[in-house]
Parts: sequence; structure tokens; C-alpha cells
Amino acid sequence: MLLIHCPYCGMARPEIEFRHAGHAHIARPADPAAATDEEWAAYLYWRDNPKGLIAERWRHVHGCGRFFNAVRHTVTDKLLATYPAGAPRPEIDLP
Amino acid sequence: MADFAPAAPLDRFILRGSPPFAVAVPTHPLHSLSLGGASALWLGPDEWLLLAPEGEGAALAAQVARTETPHALFDVSHRQLGFVLSGEDAATLLNGAVPLDLSPEAFPVGMCTRTLFEKAEIVLWRTAASAWHIDVARSFAEYFQELLAVIAQADGIALA
Repeated sequence: MLLIHCPYCGMARPEIEFRHAGHAHIARPADPAAATDEEWAAYLYWRDNPKGLIAERWRHVHGCGRFFNAVRHTVTDKLLATYPAGAPRPEIDLP
Repeated sequence: MADFAPAAPLDRFILRGSPPFAVAVPTHPLHSLSLGGASALWLGPDEWLLLAPEGEGAALAAQVARTETPHALFDVSHRQLGFVLSGEDAATLLNGAVPLDLSPEAFPVGMCTRTLFEKAEIVLWRTAASAWHIDVARSFAEYFQELLAVIAQADGIALA
């Protein structure tokens, strides 16, 4: 079982307490009426599928209930960093 | 050897908002605080579970209502049932279904958290070195009790 560090509880907790909630850092266009179809489609549908690091939203649903962000490696499935929602994505150097 | 019994009836409230409130609440994650006869348990950065002996909840709610900043207080007295599990094997029993480290170093007296008991969401609170308070949704109470009995049988622990 993976242990995931919850930035709000301040401790590592078992994976089954968490839910994955999609891609992180996707900003809604400030003025949807002025957004082009392409911009709106990008906001709604277009997602990266990298082989490597990806920033994701996670929710500690069976714990403190809060959403936070995590950087995960899609090959090793290791969560390399977790940080509160609203914080910038941390820089992580892979060996 | 472990003793298992329903807890005394409680009035329960969920308090949401940003402290300070008109009652003291723990702001350190996973900590609990005694409020005279009542208790405040940290569930999340903006969420607390207030427990008071049955009949004393109204006074507690009236005290919370004196808070002048925006907040929300829900009466959830009948949403959950409380149980008390005590004895030297209590942590071993819980670990049959709770995937947390329940050693005294990792989960000291006074620590509380929402977590999972197999498939049931519970609030787990260590009230003494070998005593635990467990709050579980009414609809899961039967499941919780029966699973605890199964674990006790499998581990060869006498559950009274």
C-alpha cells in the first residue's frame, strides 16, 4: 500500500484514505464568454499524459477531507511531493 | 483481552469555519481538546467534531452561536454511534481493520482522526493509553461490531 503524505494532517497516511481527482493547476478562463472554442476545449478536455512527472489533485476524503496537489511519477507511481492547494508546483530534479 | 461497549449517549456537532470561535478548538492537526465535560476533535483544517454528554449539547451550541465570524454548526447527534474499546489488546484489534500505526509513539493519547475501519468511515480517538473512542455512522454500526468480533475471533482475543 502506498503511503501518501497529507499536507494538512502533516503525516503519511494509507492510500485507501485518498481519492485521485485529476490534473492539477488547470485554470478556468477568467472570462468564459470571451474564450475561443479552442481555449475552452483545452480547459475542459485537453490533458497531458506524460511518461514521467505529473501534477495531480488528490483528496484526503476519509481523513481531513481536503484537496491538495501531488507530483507523481507515472512510471514508478511514486508520489514525490505533496503540497497544499494554491501553492506553486515544486521543482523536482530526477536523478 | 479487550472490553467493548457502546459509549454513553452523546450530543454531537460538526463545526465548520475559521477559528477563533466562541469555544476553544484545537488548531493543531489531529489533536483534541477538553471543554469541561465536552470535547472538541480536529477533523480537518476547518472542521471540528464537538462531543458533549447527552442533554448538554444545547448549552454548547448556544455558546458556539456567540461567535461573530461566519461559521456553520450542524447537529449530527443521531448520525453516528459511539463505542468504547479498551484493554491491552484494543490497538491490536483495531489494527485488524485500521491501516494506521496505533503505537503510543505514533498515535499518542488525545490524538484523533477520521479514518477507515475496513469499509466503514470512523472517527478514532485515543482517550487513554489503552482506551479508544470510536464514532461510526449508524448505518455502519452493525458492520463495525460484527467485523470487530470476527477480528477478535481470528486473533484469539477475548472480547467482552
